[in-house]
Amino acid sequence: MAAIQIKQVFKRFGSLQALAGIDLDIEEGEFFGLLGPNGAGKTTLISVLAGLARSDSGTARIMGHDVVADYRNARRALGMVPQELVFDPFFTVRETLRIQSGYFGLRANDAWIDEVMASLDLTAKADVNMRALSGGMKRRVLVAQALVHKPPVIVLDEPTAGVDVELRQGLWQFIQRLNRDGHTIVLTTHYLEEAESMCARIAMLKQGRIVALDSTANLLRHLHSLQLRVRVRGEWPAALEATASGGDARVVKLRDYDEVESVLATLRAGGCHIEEMELEQPDLEDVFLEIMKRQ
Amino acid sequence: MMTGFPTLLYKEVLRFWKVGFQTVAAPVLTALLYLLIFGHVMDQRVRIYDSVSYTAFLVPGLVMMSVLQNAFANASSSLIQSKMTGNLVFVLLPPISYLEFFAAYVLAAVTRGVVVGAGVLVVTWPFVELAVRDPLWIMLFALAGSAILGTLGMIAAILAEKIDQVAAFQNFLIMPLTFLSGVFYSVHSLPAFWQGVSHFNPVFYMIDGFRYGFFGVSDVDPRMSFAVVAACLAAVSAMALALLKSGYKLRN
Repeated sequence: MAAIQIKQVFKRFGSLQALAGIDLDIEEGEFFGLLGPNGAGKTTLISVLAGLARSDSGTARIMGHDVVADYRNARRALGMVPQELVFDPFFTVRETLRIQSGYFGLRANDAWIDEVMASLDLTAKADVNMRALSGGMKRRVLVAQALVHKPPVIVLDEPTAGVDVELRQGLWQFIQRLNRDGHTIVLTTHYLEEAESMCARIAMLKQGRIVALDSTANLLRHLHSLQLRVRVRGEWPAALEATASGGDARVVKLRDYDEVESVLATLRAGGCHIEEMELEQPDLEDVFLEIMKRQ
Repeated sequence: MMTGFPTLLYKEVLRFWKVGFQTVAAPVLTALLYLLIFGHVMDQRVRIYDSVSYTAFLVPGLVMMSVLQNAFANASSSLIQSKMTGNLVFVLLPPISYLEFFAAYVLAAVTRGVVVGAGVLVVTWPFVELAVRDPLWIMLFALAGSAILGTLGMIAAILAEKIDQVAAFQNFLIMPLTFLSGVFYSVHSLPAFWQGVSHFNPVFYMIDGFRYGFFGVSDVDPRMSFAVVAACLAAVSAMALALLKSGYKLRN
């Protein structure tokens, strides 16, 4: 069974077509990335899943439960960490988590709440008012709130925005642990290196449409942006197409690793002496920019 | 099946209780000041229903006015603040139905209204000789009136996009309706035209019926007043439920 199943979801805000026919299946246990520029529809899609917005048409299911017709079970199956650093200033951390747990009908849940707080280094702040916490600590409480009802599917909307490096590392380790324990994780982030290292599969959105959907490895492989940066002594062979790249170095675009050999052979045949050479692999940022440019 | 309702109600009550100095003590003090000033100035000059002193007449009106205004303030301020700060998301994400949402916010508003009303009654009791003729009418009008104002507070907060829009609703609609409802006077003391106008004000029936519970006399038959109040409660509840069910300005 798919953890998340989205079929032909459309959503319009006035003249803006925020979602234009999204079809997407995310399997149980996946670590899935949802990427796209600002306004691409990521947060709207997540909002439809979480019941924070209603789609104009189409269906969305979480663990098989329709988010409208069977919203109670759908919401029980979903934990969502919102993008904004929101909190209720009237309550302490422990009160906040107990209340959130109670909203899901779990009123004797202290053992799990203590465990979640311990995992997120919140135990020492348990009785501190939310107003008195730093931004990073508030972010941890948001993650804890999403976990109080032990949801099998967790959606994180830009969870590391504005978070310092140390907290970011700790947060990712914790989320990776959740994924290893069997939770399905859906992540949106602007930090593409994070998505590249964590997500096994990625969807890229642009103007409410999915413009790329594949495993991270395939996305990286399919982009022909492997490049060889070379600085040589001698005349650059005219037969070898290259672009200038800072100082007297040149960059040759390659289709694959096998092409390195023929480039070197051409340089040697042209009497060039290689002084410096570096093979650059594409990263997700290159793939992202290329796909966004293409569409 | 209810899951989140008890917790949402508990949270809403805990929210105002944590700032009780502002949400309970302050309105009680305000009502006491009204009583001291108006009672001092008017008590020897005005008698109402022949046997009732002005101060005694004033107390049930002040109690009910406090009940109504605080019920409105509780639902409207809680909801608009949650909307503005974004923490309403914590209530919208769990499996809480629109009926549970409605019931929790309105019952919390009723709770605050009744707590403040009881506080006003306790602090004003030493200043007047007040009989309780019919406690059932007192309870019915207090509960139904605070439920109406709590529901109106919820509607105002749903429709508003800024906190000052809720304040405008409160200052330009709720305050005039409560002040011009017979809290400080019997409508029989008004010219005929204004007596007629007062009968279009639903708050007049709430206060008149509530007062009947203390004195056993009123401007309008309490059964008639309760019919008007019940009809108003049904109308505002239907409107609030329709807004909540559609998710208007909440789930978009």
